[in-house]
Amino acid sequence: MSIEIKHVTKRYAGYTALDNISLNVDTGDLVALLGPSGCGKTTLLRIIAGLDTPDSGSIFLEERDTTGIPAREKNVGFVFQHYALFRHLNVFDNVAFGLRVRPSQTRPSKNEIRDRVVYLLKLVQMEWAVKRYPSQLSGGQRQRVALARALAVNPKVLLLDEPFSALDAKVRQELRRWLRKLHDDIHVTSIFVTHDQEEALELADRIVVINKGRIEQQGSPQEVYDHPANAFVYNFLGNVNVFHGRLRDGKVLVGDHLIEAGKRIGHHEAEHGQAFIRPHEIGISRIRSGKNDIVGFIRDIRLMGGQIGLELETAGFDKPIEAEIPRETWRNLELSRGDEVFITLDRATVFTGDYVI
Amino acid sequence: MFRASPLPDKQTRTMLPFKRNRRQILPGFGLSMGYTVFYLSAIVIVPLATLVAGSFRIAPDLFVNTVTSPRVLASYRLSLSTALIAAMFNAFFGFLTAWTLVRYRFPGRKVLDALVDLPFALPTAVAGICFATLYSPVGWVGQFLGRFDIQLINAPSGIVIALIFIGFPFVVRTVQPVLAELEPEIEEAAHSLGASRWQAFRRILLPHIFPALLTGVTLSFARAIGEYGSVIFIAGNLPFRTEIAPLMIMSKLDQFDYDGAAAVALVLLLISFSMLLVLNSVQRWQEKAYR
Amino acid sequence: MQTGPNPDKTALRHRTGTSHQDPLAVRVILIFLTLLFFGGFVFLPLALVFAEGFRKGAAVYIESIREPYAIAALELTLTTAAIVVPLNAVFGVAAAWAVSKFTFRGKTFLVSLLDLPFAVSPVIAGLIFVLLLGSRTTLGSWLGEHGIKLIFSTPGIVIATLFVTFPFVARELIPLMESQGREEEEAAVTLGAKGWQVFSIVTLPNIRWGLLYGMILCMARSIGEFGAVSVVSGHIRGMTNTIPLHVEILYSEYNYAASFAVASILVFLALATIVVRSIMENALHNQQQTQF
Repeated sequence: MSIEIKHVTKRYAGYTALDNISLNVDTGDLVALLGPSGCGKTTLLRIIAGLDTPDSGSIFLEERDTTGIPAREKNVGFVFQHYALFRHLNVFDNVAFGLRVRPSQTRPSKNEIRDRVVYLLKLVQMEWAVKRYPSQLSGGQRQRVALARALAVNPKVLLLDEPFSALDAKVRQELRRWLRKLHDDIHVTSIFVTHDQEEALELADRIVVINKGRIEQQGSPQEVYDHPANAFVYNFLGNVNVFHGRLRDGKVLVGDHLIEAGKRIGHHEAEHGQAFIRPHEIGISRIRSGKNDIVGFIRDIRLMGGQIGLELETAGFDKPIEAEIPRETWRNLELSRGDEVFITLDRATVFTGDYVI
Repeated sequence: MFRASPLPDKQTRTMLPFKRNRRQILPGFGLSMGYTVFYLSAIVIVPLATLVAGSFRIAPDLFVNTVTSPRVLASYRLSLSTALIAAMFNAFFGFLTAWTLVRYRFPGRKVLDALVDLPFALPTAVAGICFATLYSPVGWVGQFLGRFDIQLINAPSGIVIALIFIGFPFVVRTVQPVLAELEPEIEEAAHSLGASRWQAFRRILLPHIFPALLTGVTLSFARAIGEYGSVIFIAGNLPFRTEIAPLMIMSKLDQFDYDGAAAVALVLLLISFSMLLVLNSVQRWQEKAYR
Repeated sequence: MQTGPNPDKTALRHRTGTSHQDPLAVRVILIFLTLLFFGGFVFLPLALVFAEGFRKGAAVYIESIREPYAIAALELTLTTAAIVVPLNAVFGVAAAWAVSKFTFRGKTFLVSLLDLPFAVSPVIAGLIFVLLLGSRTTLGSWLGEHGIKLIFSTPGIVIATLFVTFPFVARELIPLMESQGREEEEAAVTLGAKGWQVFSIVTLPNIRWGLLYGMILCMARSIGEFGAVSVVSGHIRGMTNTIPLHVEILYSEYNYAASFAVASILVFLALATIVVRSIMENALHNQQQTQF
C-alpha cells in the first residue's frame, strides 16, 4: 500500500502546522517523520489517518484519493503516543474491538475473532496477558497491546505517533528493535513520528526531516546522516560543533583561524558562513599534523561509554569545542586535563545562509 | 457528595487506630486529631448514637407496630419509589446536561454551568413553594397541564418533580469532570478501528462514564429519600397517598410521639446508610476502573 | 530549540473542538433539550419568585421585607450563620490537617464519618437534637432545671445547623491539601519553623481559596436550612424564626406575595453564592495551574 501526500497545508489559529507538504511512501516501507516538537509531524500523521482534515491538498492511499474520508472508513491502524487503550476492557477485548464493531455482514465469527486475537497477541508476545486490564501492564506492554489492536483490523497502513516516547530508555531501545523485526516480518507500510534522531536512524528505511511545517530533507538514514541537505538537518541529527564566520574562498574564517571545508553546500564567498563538525569527526593529536591545526587545552574529560568526550579550550573561539575520540586513542595519547593538543577540523561541512541555531 | 477516600498505605495497617506514624515530622497531629475526634463526636456521633440507643428503649412490639403500620409503610414506599423515579430522570437529564456543557460550545454555556449549582444553593423551602405555585391549578404550568387533566400538585408525580430539581446537580457534578478528562485519543482510537459514532459512544464512552454516572445517581437517590423542604409544599401530604417518610417523623413529633418519631427515623436512617454502603462499593469499583 | 508554548498542545485543543464534533443536528437537539430542562427546572422557578413577590406591587414587596418579623428572622438567620461558619471552618481545617498531613490507621473510616451528616435526612438531624436535648431527656431536664433552654430556642437552631453544615469545609479542604502533599510543610519544619508558623506561613496561603469556598458553601446551607431547623425551632414567631421558616409560615397563611418577597432575598443570596463560587473556582483553578 503506497501513500501519496500532495501539497497538504494545515493552519491553526496563529500558525501554520503544515506548509504545502508533498511526500511519497512506497509499499512496505517503514518511514520516520523526524522533527522537533511542534514541527507539524503529528498533524501530518493525523491527516493521513483521517483524524484531521487538511485545509488544502490531498492524501492518496494506493492511488485512491482518501482526503475527506473519516478515520473509521479508512482502515488505517493508528498507535497513539499514550497508547489510548480502553481501560474498561481487558487485553483480549481491546484487541478484538476493531473486529467486533464491524457490521454483521463483514464481522468475523467468534472463533475467527478469537484466533486472530490470539495470533496477534502471540505476534506482540503478549499472549500471556489476555485477561489482564491495561492498568495491570507496564508501559512497554501497553504499547505492544496497542500495536496488536491496531493490526487486528488488517490495516493498509500503520501509523505510529511517537510510539516510544512515553517509555524509559532501556524499554524504548528494546521495543524499537522488536518493532523493526516485526515490520520485517509483516511488511505493512508504516509511518512513525519521532523527535528522537537516534530512533529514526536505527528504525526507519527512510527518514523525512520536518521543520516548521516543511520537509527539510528525505532519504535513507545513511543519506540524511552523512549528507545533510542543510544546516538544520545537520544540527538536528546529532551533536555538533558550530563555528560562525566569514566565508572566503570556500573556507570559513573564524577570528584568526581558517576552517577548511571537507564539504561545502551553498555559495563560495559569503558574509556569513557556518562550519559544522561532529565531535567524532574532530582529529586530536599530540603533534601538529596539518597547517590548519588549532592549538587547544583539554578542559574536561568525560567517559561516555565506549567513547571519550573532550572539552577543548582554544584561544580563537569563544565557545569550547566538543570532541569524541575512541578510548584506545585516548589511552595511546595519554591525555589528561590541562594538556595541550592539536585539533584538526578539516572534515567540517560548511553552509552559507542565515540559519541560526 | 461522598468523596472517594484514600486508602491507607500498607505500612500503616499494623498501627493502632488514629495513632500517627512516628517517622512523620510535621507538628500538630495530636491537637488536630484530638479536636477532630472531639468535635465529630459532639456534633455527629453522640447525637446519632442517641437516636439509635433511644430506639432500643422503645418496647420492641411498639417499635414494630409503629414502623409496620400501613400509613408508615406507605410513606416509606412513597419516599423510595419517588426517589428512585427522580433518580432515573436525573440519570438522563444529568448526563445530558454534563454532555452538553462539556462537549459543546454555545452562548450561555457558562451561565448554565454555574446555575447547575442552584439546587445546592437555593433553600429547599423556596424551591418547594416555587414548584407548588407553578404546578397549582392556577399556576403557570398547572393551568396548562389542567387542560389535559394532568394534576401534579398533591400527587406523587409532583414529589418527583421536586426531587428531580434537588438531585440533578449530583449527577451533573460527578459526570462532568470524568467526561471532561476523557482523552480525545480514546475516541479517536475507536474511530480508527472502524467504530461508528454510536459504537464509540455505546462501547467506549458510556462504560468509561458509567461508574461516575452510577455514583451521581446514587447520591441523588440518597438525597431524595431524606428530602423534606422542597417536597412538602407540592405533595399536599395526604395520608397514604402523598405523605413522605420525613413528614411522618414530623407529624409524630407534632403529636409529641417521640418514640414513634425515633422508630420511623431509625428505619429511614438505616435505609440511607445502606445507600451509603452501596455507594462506597460503587466507588471502590470506580477506583479500580479508573486506576 | 523550541521556545514559547508548545503548538502541538494548542493543536490538540483545536482538534478536540472541531474535527470530531457530533453532527450539527445532534448538537442542536441535545442543546435544545438541555435548555428546555433548565427552562422548566431553573429559569421558571426563578422567574416565578420575582413575579409572585411583586404581584401586589413594589410597596407590598418592600413592606414584606421590612416588616419586624422578617427583620427578626433575618437577624436570627445571620446570627446562626455567624456562629456556625467559623466553628465548622476551624473544625474543617483541623480535620483536613490531620487527614492530609499524616498517615494513620483508620483514615478511610474517619473520612467517611466526616460525610455522615450528608446521609441523614434534615428532619432526622433535627430530631436527634430534640431527643438529646429536649426536656424529656435526662440531659435536657437537667439543663432545664438550670434555666438553660436549648431546644425550641436559638441554641437548638445553631446546633442543628452545625450538624447539617458540618462536612462542607472539611470535604473541600481534604482533597485540596492531599493533592498539595506535605513537602512544603516539611521543608518549613527543616528550616526551623514552629507549628503555628508552618500553618500560617506555608499552609494557609495554599488553601485560602479552598477554605473560603468551603465557608461559602457552609454559609449558603446554614442560611437556607429548613427541615432540621423546622424541627428544633418550635416556630415561635419573632423569637425562633429563620428566614426559610418565615417563608413557610407566610406561605401557609396564604400570604403568597409576602412569602415570595422574603423568598426572593434567599434567591439573591443563592445567586450570589453561585457567582462567588464560580469566581472562586476560577481562582482555585488558576492557583493550581501556576503551581505546576
